[in-house]
Amino acid sequence: MDLEYLWEILTLRNYNTRLVVLSTSILGVAAGLVGSFLLLRKRSLMGDALSHATLPGIALAFGLMTAWGFDGKSLPTLLAGATISGVLGVLLMLAIRRTTRLRDDVAMGLVLSVFFGAGIALLTVVQKLPGASAAGLESFIYGQPASIIWSDFLLITTVCLGITLATLLLFKEFTLLCFDDAFAAAQGWQALRLDIALLALVTAVTVIGLQSVGLILIIAFLITPPTTARFWTNKLSRMALLSGVFGALSGWFGATVSALYKDLPAGALIVLSAACLFLLSMLLAPARGVLPRALRHRRLRQKVARQHVLRAAYEILESQCTHEHDETGAHYVDNRPFSFEALLAKRTWSPRDLGRTIRAEQRLEHLERRSDGTIVLSEAGFGEAARVTRNHRLWEAYLVTHADIAPSHVDRDADMVEHVLEADLVRELERVLRDRDAWIPMPRSPHEIPTSPS
Amino acid sequence: MNWTTFDTWIVITGALCAMGCALPGCFLVLRKMSMMGDAISHAVLPGLAAAFLVTGSRASLTMFLGAAIVGVLTAVFTQWISRFGNVDRGAAMGIVFTTLFALGLILIKSAGHKVDLDPDCVLYGAIELTPLDTLSLFGYEIPRAAVVSGSTFLLNLLIIIILFKEFRLSAFDSGLADTLGFSSHFLHYLLMIMVAVTTVASFEAVGSVIVIAMLIVPAATALLLTHRLSLVLILSCLFAVAAAFLGHLGAITIPTWFGFSDTNTSGMMATATGFLFLLVWVFAPKTGLMAKLRNHSQELELPESL
Repeated sequence: MDLEYLWEILTLRNYNTRLVVLSTSILGVAAGLVGSFLLLRKRSLMGDALSHATLPGIALAFGLMTAWGFDGKSLPTLLAGATISGVLGVLLMLAIRRTTRLRDDVAMGLVLSVFFGAGIALLTVVQKLPGASAAGLESFIYGQPASIIWSDFLLITTVCLGITLATLLLFKEFTLLCFDDAFAAAQGWQALRLDIALLALVTAVTVIGLQSVGLILIIAFLITPPTTARFWTNKLSRMALLSGVFGALSGWFGATVSALYKDLPAGALIVLSAACLFLLSMLLAPARGVLPRALRHRRLRQKVARQHVLRAAYEILESQCTHEHDETGAHYVDNRPFSFEALLAKRTWSPRDLGRTIRAEQRLEHLERRSDGTIVLSEAGFGEAARVTRNHRLWEAYLVTHADIAPSHVDRDADMVEHVLEADLVRELERVLRDRDAWIPMPRSPHEIPTSPS
Repeated sequence: MNWTTFDTWIVITGALCAMGCALPGCFLVLRKMSMMGDAISHAVLPGLAAAFLVTGSRASLTMFLGAAIVGVLTAVFTQWISRFGNVDRGAAMGIVFTTLFALGLILIKSAGHKVDLDPDCVLYGAIELTPLDTLSLFGYEIPRAAVVSGSTFLLNLLIIIILFKEFRLSAFDSGLADTLGFSSHFLHYLLMIMVAVTTVASFEAVGSVIVIAMLIVPAATALLLTHRLSLVLILSCLFAVAAAFLGHLGAITIPTWFGFSDTNTSGMMATATGFLFLLVWVFAPKTGLMAKLRNHSQELELPESL
């Protein structure tokens, strides 16, 4: 392959390539947009059932047109047949769900398999019609973008534009449906009607996508881009936008590669590009990706472990100190060295984990290990330890006075929350507790602190 | 109509395969995983293609292994994506099986003419031709497909009889099953392996259209009629057999009404399951649409006090 050809494909100067790339990209936008709502409504596989349900319609339309002496393979007729049987399938699904105790997934699988079976049976029959050349019909199963001509392109563009417009117009209502269908019903939006509207749009996408990516792979267009977009954001409007962009990107990339390597099936390439985008996003997307989330989780765990060490150290110092509490209830704690074993006995942690956390604290210069093996808090570490302990006690006091948690149980409950207390929240706690006995500069622990392992 | 031993063998093969699918299918339906059969049957394509490319032959065993491995991988990947990525199960399944299917198509196409593997054949199967390929067993000539389907059915039956209690418990309350020491994870994957193996074994014999239908529809039909799991299993097998018979009968008679010779038997068997479901849905005593309509239309009788 020479560079000139590559350039010609990439700049869309080749007429055929231009049609194919543009129509798959446009299709990607529409499918991504509609698919977002399908995903949030937890009906992703509805597209799967729907696309299989179109097959008997295609076969019947082809058979009838051929039997009446028309061209059986004219696209609008076939798509009309596909739409009718697709809609019939959707209505059956909704009816099965409403009148029996079978669930969504069963209704989908049922319609899918029975319609597909009937479609295969019909297809076998109509291919035997005299004068029928059904050779192109398989392209509806695997897709054949290369067969797109100007009139098909116009049809695809018009329908996709209509779908996009309709979705944008119903954006608010669909949002309501996905987030809280009972509330939508209370507002006078019947969930069933909105569902039917959504499924009508899905049917339109599926039917129009049959020719270019095929009935098995159009499912990927409806599912993969929205799921990819979901990793990047928690906002629906952004997710829908991103989903459209990802759909267009995979359509563009897949169609371009298939123009370069003519042997490879374009529908499959489009699906694989969408899958690559999905994999990358699932691993790396900052908002909900697996790796960033694991990293955040790890950081939080380390922070919690460090705070545990500091609080344990502070409590050791507190127990070593002989001063009485003064009249405000606070007492003064001296910063003295203490042994590793004393720290180890404070909580159930292994020497290895504790050692690792202590090294992390040493790097932050919160504490140092002295030559005789004892540990001493630095000035900054001592301040931090006092702050952490104070937060813990404040939260404990709050739980005891306001949440009616027994003093003997409060330690663990407080432990779960205190590490994420923001400075604002601490001030709020201080304000709430100020007028009560609980208010002290460093509140006393409401429960006895064990000094030796029990 | 001209019924021959040929037709009898087709019905027997179809019925054995259908029962083999219906058994694990009941648990798929109960575990809200009805679409898994569809997903696995599409996803095994790259397994078949890879096995063919590696060994260069269509020997049954390697193809079978390749497909079964990919089938189990489908379940594993779906689980991973939905757990680690916080993705809806259905969406995860959709992504996994479309991707694997696309991969399979590309493998087949890029290997060019070296692969004598027709995706059509995988999807639709050729149950009509099964009686031609026979094995001699105990002195009888038995179609190979019937032997394969029969052994899958027996294997599934055996596993379900042995682990009936465990399967039942984990289908209805997986948390309780875990606390009692029956790992529902293990049972989940065992079920997935059963589905994958059944799907693949039935592929070659009868095609995946019929497999997807037989996994779900008989079980769903049986569930409309009864609440007892053991009855559901038995009824679904009965429906499966009835659908296999009606399907083949329909395939060789209905097209003759319109002047054609016959049509695809697998497709018609799938259609027949749908027909049976429709009958039960409408006419079932108590739960059927007609019965419900009758109950609704009964006018309230005025109490004495009014």
